[in-house]
Amino acid sequence: MIFGGARRDRDLVTPEGVPLRFTLAGAGDRLAAFLIDLTFVSIASVAFGIALMTMLLRRDAFDHLVVAAILLASFLLRSFYFMWFEIRWHGMTPGKRLLGIRVIDSSGGPLTPQAVIARNLLRDVEFFLPISLLVAPQTVWPGAPAWAAELAALWAVALGLLPLFNSDRLRPGDLVGGTLVVLAPRVLLLDDLGAHRVGRAAIPAPAAHAFTDEQLDVYGIYELQTLEAVLRRGGGESNREALSAVAERIQRKIGWDASRKDPPYWFLRDFYAALRARLESRMLLGKRRESKAPARR
Amino acid sequence: MLRLKSYEFRRERERGWRELEDLLARADERGVAGLSAAELARLPLLYRSALSSLSVARAISLDRNVVDYLDGLAARAHFAVYGVRQHLRDSVRQFAAARFPRAVRGIRAHLCLAALFLALGMATAAVQVVDDPERFHAFVADEYAQGRDPSATTEELRAALEHDAGGAEAQLAAFSSFLFSHNARIGMLAFALGFAAGVPVFLLTFLNGLVLGAFAALYGGRGLSLQFWGWILPHGVTEILAMLLCAAAGLAIAESLVFPGRHTRLRNLALRGREAGVVVVGAVVMFLIAGCIEGVFRQLVHSTPIRYAVALSTAAAWTLYFTLAGRREA
Repeated sequence: MIFGGARRDRDLVTPEGVPLRFTLAGAGDRLAAFLIDLTFVSIASVAFGIALMTMLLRRDAFDHLVVAAILLASFLLRSFYFMWFEIRWHGMTPGKRLLGIRVIDSSGGPLTPQAVIARNLLRDVEFFLPISLLVAPQTVWPGAPAWAAELAALWAVALGLLPLFNSDRLRPGDLVGGTLVVLAPRVLLLDDLGAHRVGRAAIPAPAAHAFTDEQLDVYGIYELQTLEAVLRRGGGESNREALSAVAERIQRKIGWDASRKDPPYWFLRDFYAALRARLESRMLLGKRRESKAPARR
Repeated sequence: MLRLKSYEFRRERERGWRELEDLLARADERGVAGLSAAELARLPLLYRSALSSLSVARAISLDRNVVDYLDGLAARAHFAVYGVRQHLRDSVRQFAAARFPRAVRGIRAHLCLAALFLALGMATAAVQVVDDPERFHAFVADEYAQGRDPSATTEELRAALEHDAGGAEAQLAAFSSFLFSHNARIGMLAFALGFAAGVPVFLLTFLNGLVLGAFAALYGGRGLSLQFWGWILPHGVTEILAMLLCAAAGLAIAESLVFPGRHTRLRNLALRGREAGVVVVGAVVMFLIAGCIEGVFRQLVHSTPIRYAVALSTAAAWTLYFTLAGRREA
C-alpha cells in the first residue's frame, strides 16, 4: 500500500534492534478468518454428531468406547483447534492463512505457546458464551430472568466491538495474550525503475531528457514515491491516461517545453531516475526532503 | 550518466535476498524441518543480513518497492528464525515437570482466595439447609438433584451413593468422557470470566460451594456424612482443585487489570495472562484425570475405606507435585 494507512502501521523492534513495520489486520479480515475457521469446526462437529446419532439409533453397532472417543474428540476440536494451528503454523489458522493474516507477539519477541493459549482461552467469553446466552439462556443459567438475555446481548456487543475501540485493534484475547494480528503480505521484488539509466547496461540519457537541478528541486520524496506507484502500473494502454495526465502536470510545474510531445511513459521514467538520484544524494548529505516546498509567493 | 547509490546497493545484496526468499518459500511449504542442516545454519545469517539491508535501505534508498520488499522479507525470516521449534514431546515434558507447577505456585494467593469463596459458599448453604431442609431447593436445581432432595428417604439417598446413574460398566467410558468435557469447559469459562474484573469468578466459585454445601448438609442430616464424602472425594480432590485453579487463574488476570502495579495495565495483563493460561491447560488435564476417576473408579469400587484411601493419596500426590516439582532450574 502506498497511500495512507499509516495509522495502521506498527513498528516492532526485533531482538537485533531493527524496527520491523507491520500493518494491523482490519476487523473485516479477522472476522472473515474467524468465520472460516468456525465453519471448519462446525462441519467437523456436525460430522461427529451424525456419527453419534447413527450409533445411538442402530443398537447393534453401539460401542461405548467409540462414543467416549467421539465425545472426547469433539471437545478437543472445539477447545483446541485455534491453539493447535496457531502453535504449529506460527500464528496462523487455516482461516487466517486464507486471508493472509497472522498473530504476532506485540513486543516483537517470538510467539510463545503460552501467548497463543491465553489468547484463545478468551474466545469462550468473547463469543461462545454470549452467543449461547442469546440463543438459549436456559442452558447456561437455568431459570434466568428475562433481563439476563438483554444483559448478555449488551455484553456480547461490547466485547465483540472492543477491537474497534482501541487503536491496535485488540480483542480481549489479544490483551490477555499480549498479541497483535497483522497482515502477512508477500511483496515481490520488482525491477528498479531507474535501472535503464545506470549500471553497466545503462542507456545514455538523450539530451532531450536531461533535467537541471532547479527543475528537480521542485519535488520531494512523497511525490517521487507517488510517481513510482503510477509507473509500477506499467506503460500499457490501460495506464495511458494517468501517465499523460501526470506527465503534463510535471511538465507544467518544471517549465518543460511540452510542444516536443515526449512519450509520457519514458519521460516519466527518466524524470523518476533523475529525481531519485538527486534526492538520494541530498539525503546522504543529511538533507532529507519529504515533499515539495510550499508554493512561493 | 546518473549515479544511483540505491541501485548499486541493491545489485550487491540482491543475491542474498533471493536466497533467503527461496529458503523461506520452502520452509513455508514443508515446515522448517524440511530444510537441510546447512540451510538451517544459513537461515539466521541471511536473516541478519536482510535486517542490515533493511536498515541501510531505509537510510539511503528511495525505491519504495525495495524497502517494502525488505520489510516483508525480514518479517517472514523473523517468524522462521524465532518461531517455536520445540518438539511436542519436549514441550509436554517441560510443561509437566516445571512450567505448570511453577505457574500454580505463582498464583497461590489467588488459589487461597478462590478456596475461601468455595468454603464460604459451602458454609452458607450448609447452615441454611441444617436450619430448614426445604431450603435445599433454593441451592440445587431440581434437574441436577435427580430426586436426591429432602423428600427422599435415607435408603434412597444411600442407594444413590452406591449405584450411580451411570449403571452398567460398559457405559463408563462414555460417561467419564462426557463429565470431563463438561467440567473442562466450565473451568475454561471460569478463567475467561476473570477478564470481567473477576466478579463472575467469585460468583461461580461461591455457587459451586453452595451446591456442595447443600448436599453435604442433606446427607449429614441423615447420618450419611462418611459415605457422602467417600463418594465425592476420590475424584473431588482433583476436580475441585482443578476448578479452583481455573478460578485462581481468572482472579490473577482480574488482579492485573484492577491493580496493574509497576507495568502498564496492558503489559501487566499480557504477562499475567500467559502464566494464567498455562494453569488452565494444566487444569484441563486434571479434569481429565478426575473424569476417569469419577466415571470408572467410583462406579466399580463401593468400599468406603478404599474410596478414602484414594482420596487421601490423590490429595497427597497433588500437594507434593505442586510444592516440589520444577523447583530446581528456577
